[in-house]
Amino acid sequence: MPDAAPPPAFAIRHAGEGGIVVEFGDIVDERLNRLVIGLDAALRADSLPGVIETVPTYRSLLIVFDPLVLDRRALVARLEGLAAGLRPEDEASSRRWHIPVAYGGRLGEDLDAIAALHGLTTDEVVRLHSGVDYRVYMIGFAPGFAYLGGLPAVLHTPRRTNPRQRTPAGSVSIGGVQAAVSSVEVPSGWHMLGRTPLRTFDLRRDDPFLLRPGDRIRFHPVSEAEFDRLAALSEGGAITGELEAAS
Amino acid sequence: MTALRVIAPGGGSTIQDRGRPGYARYGVPEAGAMDRLALDMANRLAGNDPGEAAIEFAMLGGSYKAVDGPCRVAVAGGDFDVRLDGVPLDAWRAIDLPEGATLTIGRARSGVYGYLAVAGGFDIAPVLGSRSVHLRSGIGGGKLEAGALLLLRVESPPEGPMIALAREFWPTADGSIRIVFGPQDDFFTATGRAALLSGEYRVSLQSDRMGYRLEGPVIEHANGFNIVSDGIVLGSIQVPGTGQPIVLLADRQSTGGYPKIATVLSCDIRRLVQRGHEAPIHFVAVSLDEADAILAAEAQGLLDLASRIGPLTAPDLFHSERLLQLNLIDGFIAG
Repeated sequence: MPDAAPPPAFAIRHAGEGGIVVEFGDIVDERLNRLVIGLDAALRADSLPGVIETVPTYRSLLIVFDPLVLDRRALVARLEGLAAGLRPEDEASSRRWHIPVAYGGRLGEDLDAIAALHGLTTDEVVRLHSGVDYRVYMIGFAPGFAYLGGLPAVLHTPRRTNPRQRTPAGSVSIGGVQAAVSSVEVPSGWHMLGRTPLRTFDLRRDDPFLLRPGDRIRFHPVSEAEFDRLAALSEGGAITGELEAAS
Repeated sequence: MTALRVIAPGGGSTIQDRGRPGYARYGVPEAGAMDRLALDMANRLAGNDPGEAAIEFAMLGGSYKAVDGPCRVAVAGGDFDVRLDGVPLDAWRAIDLPEGATLTIGRARSGVYGYLAVAGGFDIAPVLGSRSVHLRSGIGGGKLEAGALLLLRVESPPEGPMIALAREFWPTADGSIRIVFGPQDDFFTATGRAALLSGEYRVSLQSDRMGYRLEGPVIEHANGFNIVSDGIVLGSIQVPGTGQPIVLLADRQSTGGYPKIATVLSCDIRRLVQRGHEAPIHFVAVSLDEADAILAAEAQGLLDLASRIGPLTAPDLFHSERLLQLNLIDGFIAG
C-alpha cells in the first residue's frame, strides 16, 4: 500500500445529543466526497449498536445515534479511528449508469436560454452536457434527488433569479457548478435542460432508489418520441436506464 | 369490517407513527408524530404498542364515526375538547365507541397537536417501514379527507377496562427550550449566539410539520449564510439570510444549505411543537454532558408517566364530565 498520502483531516461537530457530523471539508470536491463515502461504508460495516442512521453528503457524514445506548466519546473515538484509515484513492464503487435524456423543447425549456447565455448552439450544449461522466455526490433535498458533480466549466451557470414552484420528476438540470437528476416534483431554481424517462425513485421496486453516492452517470440524448416510448415503459415499472457492470 | 369514518378531518390531519428513520441517506424525510410522547401515550391508553400509527391533528381534532362495529380509541396531546355523541369527556383517556357513535374532537384549550389512537391500529400498509404521511412527497399518502374510511385491524374493542391518565399528570408545554450549540455555531457572531439565548421568540403563523419559523431578535451571521449542504437532524435550528431561526421538525428535508446554530434537545421538541403562536419561547444552552443527563432523566420520566395510567374510575367520570358540563373548570384551564 502506498504511504505517500497523509491521513485525511476532519473535524467533529455535534448536532445535538444524538447527532455527530464528521466534516472533511466545506467545499464541493471529489476527494472529500470519497472520504465521506468511505467512512460511511466503514461505519456501516461496523454495525455499532445505537447507530440509527448515517447521512453521507458532499463533504460530511452525519451519524444519528441513541446516546442512551452508544456512548458519545466511544463513538467519536471509533469514527476518528475509521477516518484516519481512509484512503480516498481506494474508492471501490465503479457503478456507471447510462441515462437517456430528451433535451430541449417541452421537456427542457431552459436549453435555448442556456445556449444563448453562453454563446453556444443548443446542439453544443447537449454535446457538452452529455459528453462527460458525472459523479453522484449525494442524494438529498427530496426522495432520490441526485446531486451531480462534473459539469463542464463552460456550462457553469448561476441559478435562476426566479425559482419555479414546481418542476417535473425526471428533470435534468444545472445550477452553479452542479447538475442534478430529480425523482419527484420539486421546486427548483435550476435550469431545466431536459428530462429523463428513467424513474430513479419508484416505490414499486424492492429497492426503490436507483442511484447511490459514488455512482457515475453518463447522459445519452434521445428524441422526444423515444422519451415517450421509454416513459411508457417506466410507467409499467421498467428501469429505462442501463447499469454498467462494475469493473 | 370495523372502521372509523372521517366525518370532518380536523386541522391538517394525517396518519403518523414514529416515522421512517434510516432513509435520510436517500433523501426521504423522516416524518412521524410531531409530539412523540403524546403519540406514545395515546397508544398506551388505547392498549397499543406505543409506536402504532394514529391520527395526528393540529388545533382542531375533527369528528369520527364508528362504523360496522364498536371500537376503542384514545386521545392525547393538547387539552382538546372531546365529545362522545355530544357528551364532554376528558382527553388522555380511552373511550369505547359503540357502533354508530360519533367522537368529536374540537379545539385545543391548550397545546397544538393531538393524537387519536385506535385499539388494534389502522389497517394501512406501511411504506418504507412506516405508516407516516409525508405531505410534500406524498410518501404514505396525504391529508385525511372528509368521508374517508379508515379500516381497523381488529373487529372489536379489547376486553379490559378503559384506562386514563389523570389530569394532574398531563405533560405541559411550559418552560425554556434547551439547546446544544452546533453543528455550525461558528458561522455566527458572539452577538448572534447571545441573541438566540437572550431573545424572546414566537412561533410564526407560517410554521408547519416541516419546521417552526420563529420571530424575534435577528441572529447575526459571521460570514455569509450559505454552506455546502449537509445533513439535518430533528431539532436543528437553521438560520437563513433573514436572521430569523427555523427549528426543523418531523417533515424536514434530509439535507440543507443554511448554517445551523444549535440543536433542540430531542426531549424538548414536544414542548416546542405544543407551544401556540402567542406563547413566548426562551432558549437555554446546555452542554452535551448535561444533555445526556437530561435525556436519561426524561426517559425515566416517560416510564413514570406511563405507570400513572390507571383504570378510569367513577370519580374521574364524575369530576371531568360533570364539571365540564357545568362549565365550572374552564377558568382553571384558561388560567
